[in-house]
Amino acid sequence: MRDQKQSASMDAKVPQGPLADKWTQHKNHVNLVNPANKRSIDVIVVGTGLAGSSAAASLAEMGYNVKAFCFQDSPRRAHSIAAQGGINAAKNYQNDGDSTFRLFYDTIKGGDYRSREANVHRLAEVSANIIDQCVMQGVPFARDYGGMLDNRSFGGVQVSRTFYAKGQTGQQLLLGAYSALSRQIGQGKVEMFNRHEMMDVVVVDGKCRGIIARNLITGALERHSAHAVVLCTGGYGNTFFLSTNAMGSNASAAWKAHRKGSYFANPCYTQIHPTCIPVSDEAQSKLTLMSESLRNDGRIWVPKHKKDVAAIRSGALKPVDLVEEDRDYYLERRYPAFGNLVPRDVASRAAKERCDAGMGVNSSGQAVFLDFSSAIERYGKTAANVKGIESPSAEQIEDLGREAVEAKYGNLFQMYQQITADNPYETPMKIYPAVHYTMGGLWVDYNLMTTVPGLYAAGEANFSDHGANRLGASALMQGLADGYFVLPYTIGDYLADDIRTGAISTEGAEFDTAERGVRERIEALMGNGGTTPVDDFHRELGKIMWNKCGMSRNATDLQSAIIEIQALRERFYKDVRIPGRADQFNPELDKAGRVADFLELGELMCKDALERNESCGGHFREEHQNAEGEADRDDINFTHVSSWEFTGVPSEATLHKEELAFENVELKTRSYK
Amino acid sequence: MNFTLKIWRQDGPKSPGRMVTYPVTGISDEMSFLEMIDVLNDQLVRNGDEPVAFDHDCREGICGMCSMFINGEAHGPNRLTTTCQLHMRSFKDGETIYIEPWRAAAFPIIRDLVVDRSAMDRVMQSGGYVSVNTSGNTVDANALPIPKPAADEAFQAAACIGCGACVATCKNASAMLFVSAKVSQLALLPQGQPERLNRAESMVEQMDLEGFGNCTNTGACEVECPVGISLDHIARMNRDFLHAKVAKKG
Ligand SMILES: Cc1cc2nc3c(=O)[nH]c(=O)nc-3n(C[C@H](O)[C@H](O)[C@H](O)COP(=O)(O)OP(=O)(O)OC[C@H]3O[C@@H](n4cnc5c(N)ncnc54)[C@H](O)[C@@H]3O)c2cc1C
Ligand code: SF4
Ligand code: FES
Repeated sequence: MRDQKQSASMDAKVPQGPLADKWTQHKNHVNLVNPANKRSIDVIVVGTGLAGSSAAASLAEMGYNVKAFCFQDSPRRAHSIAAQGGINAAKNYQNDGDSTFRLFYDTIKGGDYRSREANVHRLAEVSANIIDQCVMQGVPFARDYGGMLDNRSFGGVQVSRTFYAKGQTGQQLLLGAYSALSRQIGQGKVEMFNRHEMMDVVVVDGKCRGIIARNLITGALERHSAHAVVLCTGGYGNTFFLSTNAMGSNASAAWKAHRKGSYFANPCYTQIHPTCIPVSDEAQSKLTLMSESLRNDGRIWVPKHKKDVAAIRSGALKPVDLVEEDRDYYLERRYPAFGNLVPRDVASRAAKERCDAGMGVNSSGQAVFLDFSSAIERYGKTAANVKGIESPSAEQIEDLGREAVEAKYGNLFQMYQQITADNPYETPMKIYPAVHYTMGGLWVDYNLMTTVPGLYAAGEANFSDHGANRLGASALMQGLADGYFVLPYTIGDYLADDIRTGAISTEGAEFDTAERGVRERIEALMGNGGTTPVDDFHRELGKIMWNKCGMSRNATDLQSAIIEIQALRERFYKDVRIPGRADQFNPELDKAGRVADFLELGELMCKDALERNESCGGHFREEHQNAEGEADRDDINFTHVSSWEFTGVPSEATLHKEELAFENVELKTRSYK
Repeated sequence: MNFTLKIWRQDGPKSPGRMVTYPVTGISDEMSFLEMIDVLNDQLVRNGDEPVAFDHDCREGICGMCSMFINGEAHGPNRLTTTCQLHMRSFKDGETIYIEPWRAAAFPIIRDLVVDRSAMDRVMQSGGYVSVNTSGNTVDANALPIPKPAADEAFQAAACIGCGACVATCKNASAMLFVSAKVSQLALLPQGQPERLNRAESMVEQMDLEGFGNCTNTGACEVECPVGISLDHIARMNRDFLHAKVAKKG
């Protein structure tokens, strides 16, 4: 049944030489564009999250003319703003044995040996610079009493290398990048287009030369040309409808690039985050993350016995009143070496396993406890010691402990209480896994260029660094690494050939065709006389994806999911109703365009999950597990990146493999026991 | 729960606007305010009407995009809460709820509850940064120790989400709280010192150019700010602004 066309391994253009020298060597040898020539070169950056803002600011500082786009009303509102827990860097400030190699190694291992060594090493190398840069910009990271930067631990590692600003790290880093971007906008080096959505990329003579954008206020279609285009448009977690992503996060820019020739890599690698606030009702519009940093101090448990589960669900028993012996701290039990700090995929599956076994602690049976009482007690005792309080009372300890916990996680606790009306200082949080991040994305080579020359992808939009599972606090690191420190070098190498090209015209046939395509698509959506709101289709797609391409997957379900998605897509085009007009501010129309693309991408995700006949990282195939229910990887057949070329029907894409060579680490079964 | 909503509807920037009444039924107290509006919009679309346009994105209280004036208060009745984090349990069953856009000369209405806040971006572009290039070749981050109290206070100021509730609340539509938060954050840190006075001066000037009103110290902004930005920052900015002016006169 599989008659896949297969090509030779894709060329990732990884530089020669020892791993630790590759990036330096590469930087020393790339072509440069001199300052005078940069002035005649235009670059488009789509997206202003960490990746986009940092790229746009850096490229403008270097002298290129930059146009930047975002769909929100300000670049500062990109989804990166919502990142909570922190950003990794191999600074070894804690003197706990951290190093560039260790960060590299942890990331490769955390990604379950499905990422490209050279990219990951580069990421680890530049990580320290990110912190230096951000501090100079005035990013107020948390500090200790000596005035030095503080760190916390994240899952999947045994060192403390995560820098943070309370539970608002993404906000502070993005505002830093936004300030650098604002400075360039103020100087006229970046032209900023807020409330604009990229609708298509334009390819001229095999090179990406611009985009079609839609002004979301007036609905007008606009042509923008450039010598190179960078997509920093974030991840596609919202394919699942319910996720921790912002409401507007979408896959459309990446999907349009895919349709124009950029290969899509590892679409099935999605990260389901273990600690999110559980779904409350049908009208739920999104899910809220409770940062992984909470697992530093929170202990996860469910009752040991079904009778206690029933009592807790009915409210007859308060969780705080259940004695220790009757609690099952299942992560500590199953993974003594890492305990509550196992990687996300492992923690999520373990929660599902307990809830599937009937131990879930809320009325829907889909929640586990995240409990801070031990942490409050521990911090309270320490604080009492520091303050020299002899034999402190239980209340004193409790008060001091709460203070300490509040200093670390105050805003998260407050958010939790606002949403659930429960006070997490007094009763354990209820949490459940939710879709959070997508490791897959546009395939890029070492230079972050997609398979379309001149079209780059950075940040969560590309697939590059996290393999089959991303470690906490590494997305922020990657976004800023790509934008501040990688693209500025690699894009110059490509643009050096363009110094005599001159301005790109927007008059050509390619721009005409692209614009016409966009217009026709909008007209078809507006004029179909349908009756069903966009969200209905999105919600239905989300259910298919969550049930059949979520935390665990199998061949039968994936095959039927593909058929169901195709049928849903057909119904969508026949029956979606978009009120209002296309030439006005019309959020329903914006949403419909995005859902149309999710309906194609979802199908490819299922196809990729079906093809990847192994379990690795966030991709768990029920057919491939050992007796203890742990994932069984197949290194002989699947040590590759699956990179898909669009051919018309999403699931009939052509598979191209990039074989992954591990020369510096040994492939091992991931064990956190 | 059931509610009567009175919502400001306005087709476009130049069209006239009016309050329109909508009943909503079957709302659960677990729903967020925006989910309640989602329910209304779902009904409107099914009936062939146009849904209410409103700004939102993260729905976690951090992006600053949501912006509704609810029962006469920016972001509604609760303190330290954005519209998206407001839940229906904060309202009484059967209540009538008035929903309007941010109103300020510097925030023209785009449609219904959506306003144009780009003036805030332009104020930032006039000086809300440290002029350091992004090469990464700065000094080691720990070569610049910052006393914890200063770092913490800078963080408090930096927590501003740029929502504009302070402007919408102020009877003069002043943006002083928003601008002072950024000026103050950078004034509290050693990195911000070299440009400190210039920054205060150019940001205040841009703020005036954008048509934001004067600050008359009513303090209403601090009350409605969803992240608790303190009026102290305004005092700090005023000092820097005056110093800058005095220094210029020399
Ligand atoms: C709740 C939450 C918490 C997180 N916490 C952490 C954490 O603690 N540490 C960590 O490392 N990572 C964290 N992550 C992950 C991390 O935040 C993201 O992966 C990262 O911020 C993505 O950045 P980005 O620049 O790639 O994209 P985004 O920040 O998503 O930005 C996308 C940009 O593209 C624009 N855009 C998209 N489509 C279009 C289009 N068609 N046309 C025009 N513009 C478009 C948007 O306007 C936006 O500006 C978290 C994620 C979530 C959801
Ligand atoms: S100061 Fe407060 S109210 Fe004003 S923009 Fe900032 S967060 Fe919003
Ligand atoms: S939607 Fe982001 S703050 Fe309310």
